[in-house]
Amino acid sequence: MSAARVGVVIFPGTLDDQDAARAVRHAGGEAVPLWHADPDLKGVDAVFLPGGFSYGDYLRCGAISRFAPLMEELIPAARAGLPVLGTCNGFQILCEAHLLPGALMRNAGLHYICRDQGIRVESTATPWTSDFTEGQEIVLPIKHGEGRYVADQETLSAIEANGQVVFRYVGGNPNGSLNDIAGIRNEAGNIVGLMPHPEHAVEDLTGAPSTDGRGFFTSVLKKLVNL
Amino acid sequence: MTLDTVKRAQDTPEERQPYAELGMKTDEYERVREILGRRPTSSELAIYSVMWSEHCSYKSSKVHLRQFGTKAPASEALLVGMGENAGVVDVGDGWAATFKIESHNHPSYVEPHQGAATGVGGIVRDIMSMGARPIAVMDALRFGAADAHDTRRVLPGVVEGISHYGNCLGLPNIGGEVVFDPCYIGNPLVNALCVGLLRKDQIKLATAPGPGNKVVLFGALTGPDGIGGASVLASATFEDESQAKRPSVQVGDPFMEKLLIECCLELYQADVVVGIQDLGAAGVSCATTELAAKGTGGMDVRLDLVPLRDPSLRPEEILMSESQERMMAVVTPDDIDAFMAICARWDIPATVIGEVTDGGRLVMTWHGETIVDIPPGTAADEGPVYERPFHEPAGQAALNADGPSRLPRPEDLRATLLRLLGSPNLASKEWVTSQYDRYVRGNTVLAQPADAGVLRISEVMPGAEETTRGIALSTDGNGRYARLDPYAGAQLALAEAYRNVAVTGATPLAVTNCLNFGSPEDPEVMWQFAEATRGLADACKALGVPVTGGNVSFYNQTGSTAIHPTPVVGVLGVIDDVAKRVRSGFTAPDQKVLLLGETEEEFGGSEWAHVAHGHLGGLPPKADLEAERALALVLTEAASRGLLTGSHDLSDGGLAIALAESVIAQGVGATVTLPEDDAFVSLFSESSSRALVTVAPESFEAIAELCAANEVPCQCIGRTGGEALVVENVLEIPVAELRETHTATLPAIFG
Repeated sequence: MSAARVGVVIFPGTLDDQDAARAVRHAGGEAVPLWHADPDLKGVDAVFLPGGFSYGDYLRCGAISRFAPLMEELIPAARAGLPVLGTCNGFQILCEAHLLPGALMRNAGLHYICRDQGIRVESTATPWTSDFTEGQEIVLPIKHGEGRYVADQETLSAIEANGQVVFRYVGGNPNGSLNDIAGIRNEAGNIVGLMPHPEHAVEDLTGAPSTDGRGFFTSVLKKLVNL
Repeated sequence: MTLDTVKRAQDTPEERQPYAELGMKTDEYERVREILGRRPTSSELAIYSVMWSEHCSYKSSKVHLRQFGTKAPASEALLVGMGENAGVVDVGDGWAATFKIESHNHPSYVEPHQGAATGVGGIVRDIMSMGARPIAVMDALRFGAADAHDTRRVLPGVVEGISHYGNCLGLPNIGGEVVFDPCYIGNPLVNALCVGLLRKDQIKLATAPGPGNKVVLFGALTGPDGIGGASVLASATFEDESQAKRPSVQVGDPFMEKLLIECCLELYQADVVVGIQDLGAAGVSCATTELAAKGTGGMDVRLDLVPLRDPSLRPEEILMSESQERMMAVVTPDDIDAFMAICARWDIPATVIGEVTDGGRLVMTWHGETIVDIPPGTAADEGPVYERPFHEPAGQAALNADGPSRLPRPEDLRATLLRLLGSPNLASKEWVTSQYDRYVRGNTVLAQPADAGVLRISEVMPGAEETTRGIALSTDGNGRYARLDPYAGAQLALAEAYRNVAVTGATPLAVTNCLNFGSPEDPEVMWQFAEATRGLADACKALGVPVTGGNVSFYNQTGSTAIHPTPVVGVLGVIDDVAKRVRSGFTAPDQKVLLLGETEEEFGGSEWAHVAHGHLGGLPPKADLEAERALALVLTEAASRGLLTGSHDLSDGGLAIALAESVIAQGVGATVTLPEDDAFVSLFSESSSRALVTVAPESFEAIAELCAANEVPCQCIGRTGGEALVVENVLEIPVAELRETHTATLPAIFG
């Protein structure tokens, strides 16, 4: 049986694509580069939108990327149930594309922050988190200047009521996100976005002092194999 | 405005030219006239004035820098030495590393954010132009007193500039230094280092061989950025009349630079580049003259083809513009279409602006009229060379005589340790480093606050040969030591960087340096420079590590007051199996704590004298390079045999600070007994060539034997474990109190 294929999207200014591809490979999957200008998903089984500063983030973060030719294919596929994970800039792009509710604003402290952050897994009902247990606390790096999650009161109440909050910061809220929200999912659960970086926490030797990021990739690959 | 053509220059030999305003001396101007056999055109004057500026020509430093070549130790690792955009070192398994450190001091004072950002951008392009993928950056920073008003303007701006530019480029920031001293208040130092990796057989050089080959300018458009910046900003102090000459600092676009990196790597992969050069100081002037001088000697350029952001720019301004994120390549006619296609894929503007010739002349035209016609070597390589006079500063002997022995010593060593640990120079730099991405690209094995940054080589380029190797990098420099004795100070900077690389388990291989000094026209500053370069060259020879490149920054002074002479030294090392790197500090309980090296009573220029007494006098610690080399041998051998469970070098603040930092690293305490009778000397002396290591009890004999064989003093001073740092009969401080003291300082000042 051939390995499940996970697309890794590359926009101009994407930075964590190499890490994302490596994390997919380490978990036993095949990483397929998806170029922003090609409106072609190449038949992948899932898609990872990695972090970076797409188009320099000179407008709102992610605001230009959502119009990339590739997104014309990705948006309907995601709405139809394709598992999609966006981290950091990828999360911002998913919000700008209205695949996820809410928005990400400048950190409350106004500084870019890179640190190893405690996170609680609030929902395992997504293809990206099924290998975790509900309430499990993990450590992943964060590294962003615009990660303060905000939404209007109605939206916020709705995502809390629907169990769409997937991750919350623990041990201190680094950026002022509402309700300590670190990551969310869509109603269907196939699309997940978060500010922390699981792809930087998959190896003992490098990256963050944890390998808690592995669960994201093992989760989705199991799900794809069992489809 | 009349176009000053070559013909016009011939016809109007007596026309007065603003050479002095461009920073040229009368005799330098006369030499240009002699070379050309006529007066230069205004465009030619622009070229010569920037190329012969201190910044580009190294005219005051050259005679001293030659020692780095003449005294260079034999090194099999050196692939490309000084004189290229950056040095290249063989790191094994077909891989090569290229690295360099460069200053961006003056712009960072004028506009901290953009000054620092473009400093990062510039050094990254130097690394790219060697054919490498840039893989990490680090920064050596110096500011005025931490609580000084202007430091609160300069430091946050500099950090934000480095953070924004470096993070946006996707390069991990893996180390560096932040040092405060009142002497830097009007002259902060921003020294940026970049390291890159490439396959050994793919080194690119700045050369333009082959008549008929095309000259391509690619990257950002050219605008009126930092015009005159190279010669004026970098060569003048900030006093009085130079105010008028202060042009705008260049503005960086890290997004464009990221695209340029990926674009250049594709160009190299496709093998469509004959020669390449980045555009830094002196922009098109520098790139064209240097490429032409190192190639077949001639180049025709149509300057009106340079794509402009501001269409009103005059040819002189285009030649001097320092717009960022630009590169120049030489491409064969056969490859030009493939070259352009790759640029287009990355949305990088690229324009053929000229052609290589065998005429031996650099000829530039502007809408058909010749405005430049010079032998390029005269601008690029044959600039003026000065033997500046120098002599020992008037107060030097008195300064050295005023040693620290007269200073009252503390009764309460616990309070002294905490006071030093929380002082701005020794306090945690997390406020700064947490604004830098240290994880991107996924190859960071160690980053700040580790003694050296360590990177995995494998997986840097998909598809390239796998290797277990890694590289380690550290920068160090101590201006107070160098002020007391510039010869020893430069050696101590090298020794510390060398030791920091070795404590991770890596073997030091090569050196880069950034020499920050006051005005070379001041004979006392020139003496400091001469002594520092002599010291560094001698030390490189003694340690067997060649200088591969670097940069000199003069005129770091306000009025007649210069900064402390500040040679910053970067050392690159290689570790055969990166999985065997040694982590910093105490990593597990029940390990034996060993002190390697000899402690003497050395307090001249120490952190204790600085913090407790505001005193600077006497002589710095002795630089014992034989001991340094032996210590490094022990550390690397022990690491490769897997004997070490943790390590940390001893430097500023001595054993006390090394112990405290080792405890803070992972929150593992320790109980130690001081080896000397005098607890104060044991704890706070800054003797060089020392390190702390931890070993499992069963490894003790092996390391003791290794030390004995290399004549490195080795004392077991205690054991790790517990929740506190305990120095028997002297002090006890809980881990939490150490950490709180260490981390509270910078946030309290900078918010």
